[in-house]
Amino acid sequence: MTKIIVDGVEVDVPAEYTLLQAAEMAGAEIPRFCYHERLSIAGNCRMCLVEVKGAPKPVASCAWGVRDCRPGPNGEPPEISTKSPTVKKAREGVMEFLLINHPLDCPICDQGGQCDLQDQAMAYGVDTSRFHENKRAVTDKYLGPLVRTSMNRCIHCTRCVRFTAEVAGVPDLGALWRGEDMEITSYLEKALGSELQANVADLCPVGALTHKPESYHYRPWELTKTDSVDVMDAVGSSIRVDSRGREVMRILPRVNEAVNEEWITDKTRQIVDGLRLQRLDRPFVRENGRLRPASWQEAFATIAARVKGTDPKRIGAIVGDLAAVEEMYALKLLMESLGVTNIDARQDGSVLTPVYGRGSYLFNTTITGIEDADAILIVGSNPRIEASLVNVRIRKRWRAAPPPIAMIGEHADLTYPYEYLGAGPETLSELASGRHSFIEKLRGAERPLIVVGQGALSRPDGLAVLSAVAQLARDVGAVKDGWNGFSVLHTAASRVGALDLGLVPGEWGLNAQTMAQGEVDVLFNLGADEIDVAPGAFVIYQGTHGDRGAHRADVILPAATYTEKSGTYVNTEGRVQLANRAAFAPGEAREDWAILRALSDVLGHRLPFDSLNALRAKLYAQYPHFAAIETVQPADGFAAVQALANIGGTPGREPFASPVTDFYLTNPIARASGVMAECSALARELKLEAAE
Amino acid sequence: MAVRKLAPEELQPQSFVLSPETEAFADKEVAKYPPGRQASAVIALLGKAQEQAGGWLPRKAIEAVAAKLDMPVIRVMEVATFYTMFNLEPVGKYFIQFCGTTPCMLRGAGDIRQVLERRVGEQNHVSPDGTFSWLEVECLGACSNAPMVQINDDYYEDLTTENFEKLLDDLAAGRPVTKGSQIGRNRSEPFQAVNTLQDPVLYDGSLVGAWRTRFDEQAKAAETGEAAAAMASVPQEMKAAKPTAGRAIETPVADTPAERAKAGETPINPVDRKEAADPSKATKGDSHTESGARPAPQSSKSYVASPTKDGEAVPTSPTTPEAGTPPAQAETRRDGSESKPDVVVDKDNMTS
Repeated sequence: MTKIIVDGVEVDVPAEYTLLQAAEMAGAEIPRFCYHERLSIAGNCRMCLVEVKGAPKPVASCAWGVRDCRPGPNGEPPEISTKSPTVKKAREGVMEFLLINHPLDCPICDQGGQCDLQDQAMAYGVDTSRFHENKRAVTDKYLGPLVRTSMNRCIHCTRCVRFTAEVAGVPDLGALWRGEDMEITSYLEKALGSELQANVADLCPVGALTHKPESYHYRPWELTKTDSVDVMDAVGSSIRVDSRGREVMRILPRVNEAVNEEWITDKTRQIVDGLRLQRLDRPFVRENGRLRPASWQEAFATIAARVKGTDPKRIGAIVGDLAAVEEMYALKLLMESLGVTNIDARQDGSVLTPVYGRGSYLFNTTITGIEDADAILIVGSNPRIEASLVNVRIRKRWRAAPPPIAMIGEHADLTYPYEYLGAGPETLSELASGRHSFIEKLRGAERPLIVVGQGALSRPDGLAVLSAVAQLARDVGAVKDGWNGFSVLHTAASRVGALDLGLVPGEWGLNAQTMAQGEVDVLFNLGADEIDVAPGAFVIYQGTHGDRGAHRADVILPAATYTEKSGTYVNTEGRVQLANRAAFAPGEAREDWAILRALSDVLGHRLPFDSLNALRAKLYAQYPHFAAIETVQPADGFAAVQALANIGGTPGREPFASPVTDFYLTNPIARASGVMAECSALARELKLEAAE
Repeated sequence: MAVRKLAPEELQPQSFVLSPETEAFADKEVAKYPPGRQASAVIALLGKAQEQAGGWLPRKAIEAVAAKLDMPVIRVMEVATFYTMFNLEPVGKYFIQFCGTTPCMLRGAGDIRQVLERRVGEQNHVSPDGTFSWLEVECLGACSNAPMVQINDDYYEDLTTENFEKLLDDLAAGRPVTKGSQIGRNRSEPFQAVNTLQDPVLYDGSLVGAWRTRFDEQAKAAETGEAAAAMASVPQEMKAAKPTAGRAIETPVADTPAERAKAGETPINPVDRKEAADPSKATKGDSHTESGARPAPQSSKSYVASPTKDGEAVPTSPTTPEAGTPPAQAETRRDGSESKPDVVVDKDNMTS
């Protein structure tokens, strides 16, 4: 720790801090454009100039280390000033230069009201310009369907270039030409190829890069902001849902160091139009092969008539990927009261079950834990498309100091180099038997991390694969005191919550695949759209979008999406998070738990709660860990790995395949979104081009 | 700096493969850097690729270099577009880089430029027969032989319109030409006779340490007491230059409540308070112009300042019509000019 005096306040900061960080520690605000905590230092905007005592000129505080400062003549700590007249004048000068070529677009600029340049010009600038020459003009660039450009406004902070190169790992953007002719563009103006590309518009301190799908739709001050959590994948990114009236206008990331830092995927962000398209806004009942709009009473009566005459053994329930814990709990209670044991939340056929303990299905290492791992093995997963922000963490780890990383499964571009070991379970057993050199690296590592994805588990021999992975984890010492390197990567937002609730077939119960193949007469489908239900069964679909599930349904109960209800979601690490209601469901659609509560009344098995709070009180009493919002309840790693390792079994020979084939179209909301469809088409095109 | 752009699509070759020679050169360059740092060789490789492609860098060549160095194409593109030595458009067989910086300009580069414009055409354009193209560049560092041009890899110096025309003729006809000085000088040695640095005193050692004599003389002067007197006249206490000198400094001019509270006064000036309570002044502010200071008209286009005679009534506040004024008489201005007293709307939009 080093002492430094900032505006007369002495602070003690680590020597590797920059002056900007030290000033912030001392409570001084430093304006900046190019500097960003999570990107490398560029030092080209010059807005963060401060005065260092003894230095002849103001220095850029973002690029000047505390340890680079000289002490005073008698060994006093170095002194900097952030409020002196020199600094004020320097900032005014820099601001004047920045505004020389910046057009006065504010009234028509989407960034207006949320613009760093606007705010800082007000705070640190002067009200006039002495520049009477022509402003430079730059042609706008095409960067794909998500980012709109208006390059006249660019101030060349290069945050976007650094983001794509460093965080996203898809170096598409660059700064061409030089000096006044410098232009930010992609190579030959190709669309950006990253699944995190829209973050560049968030990073842009001016209005040069804005979000294309939502451009000119709102002003930021018109929006109501609701903190929530994303359900597009099992990472559970922290988001802020901005709505105007009934409509969700945009989704922004929230800073959450433990999960998403401050990035979100394009799917998380640009799904917004999917929330209003293709919505189920009233109940439907199938009559003579056609769905017709009906009232809630009619729909419930139809269900009651079917359920009453059916043997509980021939009734089943499948839970989809976007369900919140509350409705899954309500469904579980309802099914229990009906005497149904056929209940399954694993529509993809995953073999994970709570039988082996909570540690057997969590990402035990936690997402921040990835940064401590010193050897990483990925089995049957493509984290880049299954959990992009987990991949960002692995990339962050790799950038800090490359650990050995290896992969068994589909060969894919993960944005960092890795050792490709093989495609299937054989490679895994070869590795376990020590016939691969990588095993030495795993054994030698202090904190090895083994990530096993749904591609390895959603298959008939999944349990044997899981057991083999657990054996490997045990052998290489991945689970020890203070470190649990056995991590399961989920793809569905509801999955961990469902497994915590025990939404797996009970005794003699049927699993989702069997139920869908026609082994039940009445099937309650809670938003499962990624499974084909064979003809024959009477299907009650409770969901939000007119997707596959609704097409196959006999009764449709319209429900609320994650932005329209308050719901608990548990992410892949087992972090319990709360999504809040930002808008209301359209038409007659209701919150899911309320639908189930009303249905239970009609079925004669009234659920014992009348409000969400009562439901949660019961839920928390039965499963206390759901009450610990925002935290991860660590699971017993030893027992889980031991239990899994003891299963044994022989895996097949099929290569692992990622369950996510199209990143942009993984759930009904995404499939309803026009923006996602466009992105998907473009991604396919890029893939084809790359294959050529 | 000349405007640079990528060559149009129809000029771009369909493919570009690094020749074995370039490959060998590339491997040698890459070997200079530690493993994993092969990207450091990008400038050398681009230069070689430019040589191979005939003096300019087609897009495919940039891509080939990127592939060779395992770099993203945009990174190579950044380098290729940054440095002006990489030509992104086709150049003539003889690519003339004409120095237009001050020393050359003083020695007649303007005439050379005219020759180029006449013989080759506009800069950055290849002559119709493909022989020449030219570009004005900044100082090439041969100022003592100004004016000069660089043609491909060689300098041609001491140019005059005549010898430059001849040089171009010879190049176009494929005749051998002399590199370097065109007037027979040996490099940058004096032309014909040596006229400078001829004083033998320079070489006899008598000037060694001569600079010190001045200080010795000064020291002698000090002994006479002159210097001591001079020193005494200098103020002993050095005052630092005012830190605020020449800078716009915010001074607390506003009579803000916070300032007043700090000074121990009542937060609101009692005079102000009394004024605010006075109903006769409640809606009508004192005009800023009453004291006689008149703002100049803001624009001569739409508004004309009415010449004011002394003693003419001044509207106190144009936004607040006097009670009882019929609306038609109250001047309505929808353009924000209300705040500009003494400005009358030029209804015909004519300048006076």
